[in-house]
Amino acid sequence: MKHTISVLVENHFGAFDRIATMFSGKGFNLTSISIGETEIPDISRMTVVTEGDNQILDQIVKQLDRLIDTIKVIDLTSAYHVERELALIKVSMQKATMEQIKNITDIFRGTIVDITNNSMTIEITGPPDKIDATVNVLMPFGIMEMARSGIVALTRGEQIKKNNKEKIKKNNKSQIIKETK
Amino acid sequence: MKNKGQVMTGAEIFFECLKKEKVEHIFGFPGGSVLKLYEQLYDIDFLQHILVRHEQGAVHAAEGYAKASGKTGVVLVTSGPGATNTVTGIADAYMDSVPIVVFTGQVPSHLIGNDAFQEADMMGITRPITKHNFLVRSVEELAITIKKAFYIASSGRPGPVVVDLPKDVINSKCEFVYPDNMEIRGYKPTIKGHSHQIKKAAEAISKAKRPLLYVGGGVIMSGGSQELALFARENKLPVVMTLQGLGAFPGTDDLSLGMLGMHGTYWANQAVDNCDVLVSLGARFDDRVTGNCETFAKNAFKIHADIDPTCIDKNVIVDIPIVGDVKHILAELAVEMPKPPDIKDWWSQIYEWKDECPMQYEDNDGRLRTEYVIEKLSEKTNGNAVIVTDVGQHQMWTAQYYKYNFPRSNITSGGLGTMGFSVPASIGVSFAVKDRPIISISGDGGFQMNIQELITAAAYKVPVKFIIINNSFLGMVRQWQEMFHGEKYSFTDLSASNPDFVKVGEAFGIESFSTDSPKDVDSLLDKALSINDRPVLIEFKVVKDDLVFPMVPSGGSISEMMVKRINSKRMTLL
Repeated sequence: MKHTISVLVENHFGAFDRIATMFSGKGFNLTSISIGETEIPDISRMTVVTEGDNQILDQIVKQLDRLIDTIKVIDLTSAYHVERELALIKVSMQKATMEQIKNITDIFRGTIVDITNNSMTIEITGPPDKIDATVNVLMPFGIMEMARSGIVALTRGEQIKKNNKEKIKKNNKSQIIKETK
Repeated sequence: MKNKGQVMTGAEIFFECLKKEKVEHIFGFPGGSVLKLYEQLYDIDFLQHILVRHEQGAVHAAEGYAKASGKTGVVLVTSGPGATNTVTGIADAYMDSVPIVVFTGQVPSHLIGNDAFQEADMMGITRPITKHNFLVRSVEELAITIKKAFYIASSGRPGPVVVDLPKDVINSKCEFVYPDNMEIRGYKPTIKGHSHQIKKAAEAISKAKRPLLYVGGGVIMSGGSQELALFARENKLPVVMTLQGLGAFPGTDDLSLGMLGMHGTYWANQAVDNCDVLVSLGARFDDRVTGNCETFAKNAFKIHADIDPTCIDKNVIVDIPIVGDVKHILAELAVEMPKPPDIKDWWSQIYEWKDECPMQYEDNDGRLRTEYVIEKLSEKTNGNAVIVTDVGQHQMWTAQYYKYNFPRSNITSGGLGTMGFSVPASIGVSFAVKDRPIISISGDGGFQMNIQELITAAAYKVPVKFIIINNSFLGMVRQWQEMFHGEKYSFTDLSASNPDFVKVGEAFGIESFSTDSPKDVDSLLDKALSINDRPVLIEFKVVKDDLVFPMVPSGGSISEMMVKRINSKRMTLL
């Protein structure tokens, strides 16, 4: 079964590498991994999509947690959460197919971000299965290139731990102080 | 010495930090990138630097030092080859959870990534084999990094930490402030076990009909041997130990069933196979212990206490996990026990197994055998020596026949199985242990893997007794070749190429002896044990083709245990 795991990590040199090395070293499956900033400047959020049975998942979460650079590990799969992925799809295009591709893009609520005489680049955002669907429909036109971001995810509502909230408050405060200075 | 807040060079800061961490010994080898540190070291008197002859030796020595003393071992080497030579030792320390901090030199920051002279990416190389590693990026980070390194190495489940020190960091200056405390928000080891879980465990043990304590190295590391002895004795619980657990509980005690696993005693393995409550304490269900995980203690209700949550449910699914320091957990378990279990029948069953198949070896043909040497050694030292073994047949025989009476007496490379461990590790031990005999036992193969450290032993006049069990073969590999690989003794026969070990010892300036007769064992051991101001070497030329028994084949079940060889092709199955 696929699992989406959210990992808060120290935003410093090598943290990403440690996680990737752990996955390869332990022979865990790594479907996608994405990393970016969070509301706290020195913490990054890594969203990892992985596969395995319960015992393996338990190990993955524990092994992630064991790394010194990881601050918090949450398996989002069983929690209410939102998942999004972004894809840029470059489709080959002739005059005859232009309208069709444009329609498909509209149906999937995508955006055309670049166009030439022979190609069109579509930006599409959504849960991974929506992107899969888009790709399937666009396939017959000829996909020239594609880039997918990997999943980013957050829990729904305010399911954040108290101490996290305090951190956020503190952080916001310090930012306000900085700004007023 | 200099005060807080003073401006110092990175090199000065480095040693001030070691002083704050109460480091008394460092094992190292100088080189280009750490010259500034060695320049500083020249005038330092609060610690002793031990010069090894190969960086791998430095790490094993630090491991021996750490295992024997419980303190953190420290290594200092240069960049590039100096650093990569430490890799085997670091991996060894990682597998056996030994607290060491390895300082590696690095090329100046601006040259990192340029394929500079003696550059190696130590962060990348050691990432999977360290508990954590650091590249110090500025001199301002140096003190806090060293503090973190020592804290991480020695707390929780101990392990090796590498600190990579670029040359410019050591050379530049900043104000020195040693932080009193620091916070690592992603690292908070659980010390106290969950009370509810402990209570449940105590109830299960007290209701058990056939309980068994399965003790690993974690008990020794946590300093919980006394708590274990109290708990086991109060409740008359049988104790089996892993290779690293030997010494956690006295081997001479009636409750001790000895070692379990691949080369464990027949009765220990039978007890594991038949117990109804298995209490794992600071052990990790390693494959050399479990064999086939599916059949390992198949009917037992399993309790697993360990400080590392990743150890739990990794190989074998358990019923009651308890994460925490085993010393604390044992103390609490003892308090929580409603009543000792009623296990008279269980004990008589265990004694039956003991009678059925006691540990024995052939000793009536007048030829010298390892088992005899180890038995004699155990007798003569009353299980009071620190025994540093290498890897292979002699290691298993020592584990079987030496009756360790104290924790931190059994020092061996278990997880990684590093041949060449014993000689340097025993040298490290000698700087930590002053009041007990230190005995290094190696095979003729492993002895040659770090043979250069004999010069370190001679130079520092360490009182180590180097014993070589010479069967002219890579014995354990030969055993597998005989048993599982059609008797094709491929590249394991060293008889034609082995050196004259007495001459080797003498060349290094070490008094050396050799014998192939059981009659000489007593006098030679007596002689060696009486020499306490310098190293001594004894070569025991033993039977070439002996096999270690009992043996559970790799990945096998207890039912497949073999207890002796009938002829060269067939083993007895019990």
